[in-house]
Amino acid sequence: MPMKFDTPAGQNPIDQLKVVGRPTDRIDGKYKTTGTAPYAYERHDVAPNPAYGYVLGAGIAKGRVRAIHVEEARRAPGFLTVVTTLDTPRLERGKMNAAYLFGGDEIQHYHQAIAVVVAETFEQARAAAYLIKVDYAPEAGRFDLAAEAKVAQPVPGDSGEGSGGDGVERVGDFEAAFAQAPITLDQTYTTADESHAMMEPHATIAAWEGDRVTLWTSNQMIAWGHGSMAKILGIPKENVRLDSPYVGGGFGGKLFVRADAVLAALAARAAGRPVKVALTRPLIANNTTHRPATIQRVRIGATPDGRITAIAHESTSGNLPDGDPETAVNQTKLLYAGANRLTAMKLAHLDLPEGNAMRAPGEAPGLMVLEVAMDEMAEKLGLDPVEFRIRNDTQVDPNKPGRRFSHRDLVGCLRLGAERFGWAKRNPKPGQVRDGQWLVGHGMAAAFRNNLVVKSGARVRLGRDGVVTVETDMTDIGTGSYTIIAQTAAEMMGVPLERVVARLGDSRFPVSAGSGGQFGGNSSTAGVYAACVRLREAVAQRLGFNANDAQFVDGQVRSGNRTVPLAQAASDGELVAEDAIEFGKLSQEQQQSTFGAHFVEVGVDADTAEVRVRRMLAVCAAGRILNPKSARSQVIGGMTMGTGAALMEELAVDTKRGFFVNHDLAGYEVPVHADIPHQEVIFLDEADPMSSPMKAKGVGELGICGVGAAVANAVYNATGIRVRDYPITLDKLLDRMPEAA
Amino acid sequence: MVGASATAALAAVPSAAGAQPARTGEPVLAKVAFTMNGQRRELELDTRTSLLDAAREHLHLTGSKKGCDHGQCGACTMIVDGRRINACLTLAIMHQGAEITTIEGLGQPDSLHPMQAAFVKHDGYQCGYCTPGQICSGVAMLDEIKAGIPSHVTADLTAPVAVTEAEIRERMSGNICRCGAYSNIVEAMTEVAGRRA
Repeated sequence: MPMKFDTPAGQNPIDQLKVVGRPTDRIDGKYKTTGTAPYAYERHDVAPNPAYGYVLGAGIAKGRVRAIHVEEARRAPGFLTVVTTLDTPRLERGKMNAAYLFGGDEIQHYHQAIAVVVAETFEQARAAAYLIKVDYAPEAGRFDLAAEAKVAQPVPGDSGEGSGGDGVERVGDFEAAFAQAPITLDQTYTTADESHAMMEPHATIAAWEGDRVTLWTSNQMIAWGHGSMAKILGIPKENVRLDSPYVGGGFGGKLFVRADAVLAALAARAAGRPVKVALTRPLIANNTTHRPATIQRVRIGATPDGRITAIAHESTSGNLPDGDPETAVNQTKLLYAGANRLTAMKLAHLDLPEGNAMRAPGEAPGLMVLEVAMDEMAEKLGLDPVEFRIRNDTQVDPNKPGRRFSHRDLVGCLRLGAERFGWAKRNPKPGQVRDGQWLVGHGMAAAFRNNLVVKSGARVRLGRDGVVTVETDMTDIGTGSYTIIAQTAAEMMGVPLERVVARLGDSRFPVSAGSGGQFGGNSSTAGVYAACVRLREAVAQRLGFNANDAQFVDGQVRSGNRTVPLAQAASDGELVAEDAIEFGKLSQEQQQSTFGAHFVEVGVDADTAEVRVRRMLAVCAAGRILNPKSARSQVIGGMTMGTGAALMEELAVDTKRGFFVNHDLAGYEVPVHADIPHQEVIFLDEADPMSSPMKAKGVGELGICGVGAAVANAVYNATGIRVRDYPITLDKLLDRMPEAA
Repeated sequence: MVGASATAALAAVPSAAGAQPARTGEPVLAKVAFTMNGQRRELELDTRTSLLDAAREHLHLTGSKKGCDHGQCGACTMIVDGRRINACLTLAIMHQGAEITTIEGLGQPDSLHPMQAAFVKHDGYQCGYCTPGQICSGVAMLDEIKAGIPSHVTADLTAPVAVTEAEIRERMSGNICRCGAYSNIVEAMTEVAGRRA
């Protein structure tokens, strides 16, 4: 029976905060900085002598494959085998995916995998793959969101990561209230298709032993991938093992198994030896998933003193026929007060690659727009944008006023941020501040993202040497999971951090929450907490203590006047405990969310309209912070990616041929060192007992929420130019720049 | 140096295209010898093999990462004859006689290079995949500043180059970190630069 979390957490050993809550260096840091942390494609240690697979992507966006001519490739030096989509019946899809990964003659999107060529070396596999000739029967497709939006229909949608809802949701009478409101705003905005562009390409080494396959891969959600691979290969789950001890970035792009895993498995079976496959960088943008572009309309009505009386947020995005909408309106249901509300999501059918989760799906593009609209509305009202947000704070779910937030200190974030940033010195009139060649502007925005809790399990071992080993299929995708999991076990078992070993990412370990939707840190450590409670019971029993009054401190177990070294409990052999935490109704009874405030200073070159971010500050309220050092890194990472969304990131759509044109890291621009200034992050001192025994909440996606709008609002404050089509590239500013003084 | 590598490349071509003509596309092999992390390495490689793949696939030195294979991300950065390069953009056989340092040559988990230790201290990474490239690049970058090599943001080309955050950010912009650890990476490098001075 898993531990049930259905009453608020009371005092527990985590509250000691001897190890948890400290800004500890990452325990995996020495491996990452020396290049000794093994990533998927690098497992010479466990999969020797692999052959190399090279993936060929479709050269059309929609249609059928008539024939794949592999004769020349077969004659190529080093050739071992080839598996084509025409040799393979269409395979089942992975969990939560709209696009098929392989098999059959139908092409759903550009660069869909159509063959994998296996050869002795990488160079030979690549050369052989280029000898393949493909006959296509292309069909007309729909690739232009603006055109298809006209016929898009309302649909329900769920990001699976904490944002979702019906196609249309209403509270009160929005239209009537908006018509009566003395001050109104009605604007339409667009956000671009974006690519995760994680640094490690999707990669897998597959090795079969009889009818069992092991996949050393790069995946955020081991249990999902485990189940998906069994389904795709048509074999029992027991016969599949996934191992992802290190994941070189994911951001949602590795939530699901992708073509690398499927093709490595098929190719290894065909070749009769281990095969390694990495998606080449130019394949990734079109072969995998992306954050879909949106067209969003926001209407706000308010009284002259700045009370919102009507708020509507509608979003249209596109996807493949079985795909979901981008849930960009979700935060608007919860962020601000207002009696009359409307949110709507429409979905257009597009034949572009699959749109799916990317860091803070829904909120990232949704807040990019909502928080610019709030800035515009504040200006109409003649109100300071910080004050406008404070005036419309709500402590209850505006859709269900009887339902409170478990803890909500958005106002605290706004006030502290304004003070630390020096917001009072900002000139509210745009285009007034000059620093040499730079027009200087200041902008802010609120950050909001729901806190999800997901069932999570772990196994904990106490060795004869007193070392505590944690095993869970939780992944560390850069988030710091290794460290906070070890901190949790150290705190629970009363041992120093150095006496804990964390082993992650293996499907042979208990199923965890996995890494997604900023639910991983809190949920997975809560699962480790549960397993440690069991281990403490086992230790107490072995030592003849009452588990309820035994204290685990300094490597010892104490009760009354008796003290015994912890390791003694394992003197007759290792003690092993396993448990999971399961979350009850608390998360429905009260709304659990995380909050923040972003403040940004930009300079815009008076002649070239080049935008430079000069200062960034985020204040976050996200429950107990388990490790302020790695949590801060999560937030600055979000701030960086959000700056990219505001200023440069855009997958350019070829609306005729139907693909993302700039499908590599030269064409798809992401922030580099020179784009990002020193970033400051402040965490409010909180602990939320409604969330978990850890009293923590998610923080991995809060940093990206709203930050893009703060950048955009700063650009407006600097120039007086309100750009509503993101990213704000300089071509959108240049012809409207203020006359140089 | 240039002569040596040219000779090696020339010597390889006749042997492959000699008495028995190769099949179309038959790989041309060539011998190359260089020093990597203080160790002399001799390899016979398909001439198409990048320096990066020679390290990762042939020498099993996987610390240098393949992020793009196109010179767009910097994850593969190695220090070759004292200068940082993208190892994915250069063929292994072009480096006959070279002195090459990869991340493994800078330090090991129990004996970190000061730059590696500074990255741990300042949390200058997240997923870790760009990290070896950032560190190799950073070490060589500080040497470039010390040698007086100017950058795009150097205002005075005649004065010694100062180690400023602007200089570091400009010079490190070929190393992408998608996790967004830049702010911490610059802190780590600034600290190491200060210690050096």
